Amino acid sequence: MDRPIRVVVAKPGLDGHDRGAKVVARALRDAGMEVIYTGLRQTPEQIVETAIQEDADCVAMSILSGAHNHLFPKVVNLLKEKGIDDVLIVGGGVIPEDDIPGLIEAGVAGIFTPGTPTSVTIDFIRNNIKRK
Amino acid sequence: MDIKAGLLKKDKRAAARLISMMENGESEAVQIIKECYGMTGHARIIGITGAPGVGKSTVTDKLAKQLRKEGKQIGIIAVDPTSPFTGGAILGDRVRMTDLNTDPGVFIRSMGTRGALGGLSKAVHGAVKILDIFGMDYIFIETVGVGQSEIDIVKLADTVIMVMVPGLGDDIQAIKAGIMEIGDIFAVNKSDRDGADRTAAEIEAMLDFNRSEEYRPPVLNIIARDNGGIEELIRLVEEHWEYENKSGSYKKKKSNRLKAEVMDIFRDSIMRTVHSMSENTNIINELIQKVMDKQLDPYSAADRLMDEFTENQRHKF
Repeated sequence: MDRPIRVVVAKPGLDGHDRGAKVVARALRDAGMEVIYTGLRQTPEQIVETAIQEDADCVAMSILSGAHNHLFPKVVNLLKEKGIDDVLIVGGGVIPEDDIPGLIEAGVAGIFTPGTPTSVTIDFIRNNIKRK
Repeated sequence: MDIKAGLLKKDKRAAARLISMMENGESEAVQIIKECYGMTGHARIIGITGAPGVGKSTVTDKLAKQLRKEGKQIGIIAVDPTSPFTGGAILGDRVRMTDLNTDPGVFIRSMGTRGALGGLSKAVHGAVKILDIFGMDYIFIETVGVGQSEIDIVKLADTVIMVMVPGLGDDIQAIKAGIMEIGDIFAVNKSDRDGADRTAAEIEAMLDFNRSEEYRPPVLNIIARDNGGIEELIRLVEEHWEYENKSGSYKKKKSNRLKAEVMDIFRDSIMRTVHSMSENTNIINELIQKVMDKQLDPYSAADRLMDEFTENQRHKF
């Protein structure tokens, strides 16, 4: 693929901790991707609209507030409702092991918890985006 | 997805995909724009430029919100730099435009400069046309900073707002960057800070000996964060537009703009032809080797390439 992969990096929910999201954004940039950074406190609706207007290949969300079980699936479902099936969705943040299977079940393709090397996330996105 | 039908139905996904195709240089995108070109020309194009950190995104956000109150449809193209080392980019202008995200009458698109020579200008030209066909009333183009590529982009705009702030060096900086020539309106943002009046006075002083024309760009103090001066700024945009139309300088500008665009596209297509010609004959590498070995100078090498190109074209017909 000779075009850059476009990734929306978003912070849904109300926590103000964006260090992780910024580290990931920077790493994706250094991997040659175009990162659309949304900033803090995004609603699922805002994230979905951003993904549409930016024609994103991937939406990467970070949550440290514990609201992941609510907000991640909400973004997945909103995209589905709009008939968008070619956007890869991944999540990260402090997410308990026990919650991960449920999130994957809900349609989040990958969950990356603290300590994940950025190269793992980068490879996952590269290998799993749905458009060539 | 039928992109063209989607675009005509005002489907944002279709518009977004078409802009990507344009950015990626896909010929199908050009074909769609060709077919819809008759629908362009409705939107007013506003360039927002200025050094990094002066508040271009915030100004754009506030202008867009004000115009939305009047029921206008708004397109925003926000350009951020691509890293020349990795080809990646962090496009962060949306951070200042969060509330506009879900407004159905607004479409925001972030673009990386992507580094390809002339590539950005072509993609931005394309995106402007796409948003124009989509039916936007105003299209804002927000540039990276102030430099040559910005000047190329702002040439697209009907009105250019140059955003400045107090305390960014003396008036010599302003002459150096050549920014006095491209602004149609000067907005001194963050004017609640010390030195705003002085900055405005310095701009006025520069304008005193820079301009010989009838139109003198106004200088306005604003505080975009608090919406201060935004309505006035819109009024100045309208005044500039009226002047451009009444004086006939819009017609001239538009004709220059179209000429520049056609020549850009032409140059691009020559370059592509030459490169594909060279793929068969390897002539570019051969000539460069000769220049390396001092058998040829760069000027004669270019002459030879031109001869080869002309010969190649003759065979086509």
